[in-house]
Amino acid sequence: MDAAQSVGIVTPQQVEFEDPLHLASGEILPSFTLVYETYGTLNQAKSNAILICHALSGHHHAAGYHHEDETKPGWWDSCIGPGKPIDTNRFFVVSLNNLGGCHGSTGPRSINPSTGALWGPDFPQVQVSDWVASQSRLADYLGISTWAAVIGGSLGGMQAMQWSIQYPDRLKYCLVIASAMDLSAQNIAFNEIARQAILSDTHFHEGRYLEHETNPSQGLALARMVGHVTYLSDDAMASKFGRDLRRGSFDKSVTEQVEFQVESYLKYQGSQFSTSFDANTYILMTKALDYFDLAADFEGDSVEAFKQAKAKFLVVSFSTDWRFSPRRSREITDSLISAGRSVSYAEIEAKEGHDAFLMPIPRYLDVLSAYLGRVAEACA
Amino acid sequence: MRLDLTQIQKWIPKGARVLDLGCGDGEFLATLRHERRVSGLGLEIDPHNITLALQKGIDVIEQNMDRGLDNFPSQSFDVVVMAHALQVLHYPDTVLEDMLRIGAEGIVTFPNFAHWRCRVHLGTRGRMPVSKFLPHSWYDTPNIHFCTVKDFEALCKQRGFRIQKRALVTEGILTRLLAKLWPNLFATTAIFKISR
Repeated sequence: MDAAQSVGIVTPQQVEFEDPLHLASGEILPSFTLVYETYGTLNQAKSNAILICHALSGHHHAAGYHHEDETKPGWWDSCIGPGKPIDTNRFFVVSLNNLGGCHGSTGPRSINPSTGALWGPDFPQVQVSDWVASQSRLADYLGISTWAAVIGGSLGGMQAMQWSIQYPDRLKYCLVIASAMDLSAQNIAFNEIARQAILSDTHFHEGRYLEHETNPSQGLALARMVGHVTYLSDDAMASKFGRDLRRGSFDKSVTEQVEFQVESYLKYQGSQFSTSFDANTYILMTKALDYFDLAADFEGDSVEAFKQAKAKFLVVSFSTDWRFSPRRSREITDSLISAGRSVSYAEIEAKEGHDAFLMPIPRYLDVLSAYLGRVAEACA
Repeated sequence: MRLDLTQIQKWIPKGARVLDLGCGDGEFLATLRHERRVSGLGLEIDPHNITLALQKGIDVIEQNMDRGLDNFPSQSFDVVVMAHALQVLHYPDTVLEDMLRIGAEGIVTFPNFAHWRCRVHLGTRGRMPVSKFLPHSWYDTPNIHFCTVKDFEALCKQRGFRIQKRALVTEGILTRLLAKLWPNLFATTAIFKISR
């Protein structure tokens, strides 16, 4: 690790909330636990805190390492650290695992206190607004009345936007990266294919696989493979794999079966994911994505929705992202302009597709650094 | 600051909401914010300039105005400024129409192609003018729609734009005097404040 630019070794923390959480679905979560990490130091005025909201398969471990031997840092280590765009010399950064997750916060793998059994598939369907409500509890617990900024990419960006209209007085800046105000039919279609892959795995047992001491690995791997294709661009796949073969040959004299590099890569990604992620959580998170509609409470008018907001916005998109394309980010930007909100928008030329939001692309980092410079000044 | 920008600054009311089309590195909006307490928004397509504008605390939207400005609501700004961009647009007349839809007033600056140096260059050498002021060769220039002071005024008349103010600027005391007498011949830069 590059010690100068890393937050170093971090230890996850957890907090239990005993007050019930009333969910958007009408259900009530009697109590819950959130796992989170923090980087940097909260200043005396408690004005330099930044909340990081994670995407579909994310978690609280956004930066640094859990121990010396960890090979990979947190998922957004390219952006969070001393001297990086989300500069831990200036900001106190909070990153949590969302409710319904499978990395320590209350979710399908937790015990349902009313039955004493695993929640499993009965864990209530949480929505983006519920995540934001639970995150506000975390802010209360940490003594943060107002975030300097709430930042998120993809599904994380949806949470950031939701913050701006659900708790307008509790954030000064809102950074929305590679996101959208709702999912398109195509987005929902891909999510449904992923869910069907899991549901049709014979090891799924209607979500009670843990009680059956098994795991719908095949279904989860397939779900991840489908998802992964939507995170990459055609260009990125062409340059990364092309039509290269991992084994076999088209030569008639060779009997070994052909396997393309891209097949091997997807299989590897799928199998890795299936051992580290929970199938019920995957279903829950993709549904949270599908159900999100920023303007739902405003008769579908996103301009009216953003009129509630008081934060200043930065919206960022990536040229080859076809999951949440630049057009979707321009819709956000245009709604903010029409709502009279302060907004900046950058469309980053990048070949990596949707995944670009996690990559250290120089212009992307420059834009974030430039914008967060003003956030630091405003909250100093 | 460039001559035209110094002039425009004087025409912008204190506290106005200003949209700057082609805001560059945001220096002009930053100055306006400081001097006139305006709230500004810039449009820009150059990545480096966008970062520089963001660093100055200026809000900037990455958008090519040639692809339309429909995303800006009517009469949402007090003043829409477009400095030295008219000549690079594919549809300058459409953008001018949009400026006056979005803003109560529009301020436009452009290089005057009827300036005597241009005329001499074309008249004596028979070649497209290349100078310190217009440094590009004809085949490799962003400037695709040059016009003169008279051309612009004719367009305003045709489209029903009211010319509220006009300033024709140039450098040097003598030429400044001459530009007052024969603007279309001696002004290097034309500045117009227009409205509906």
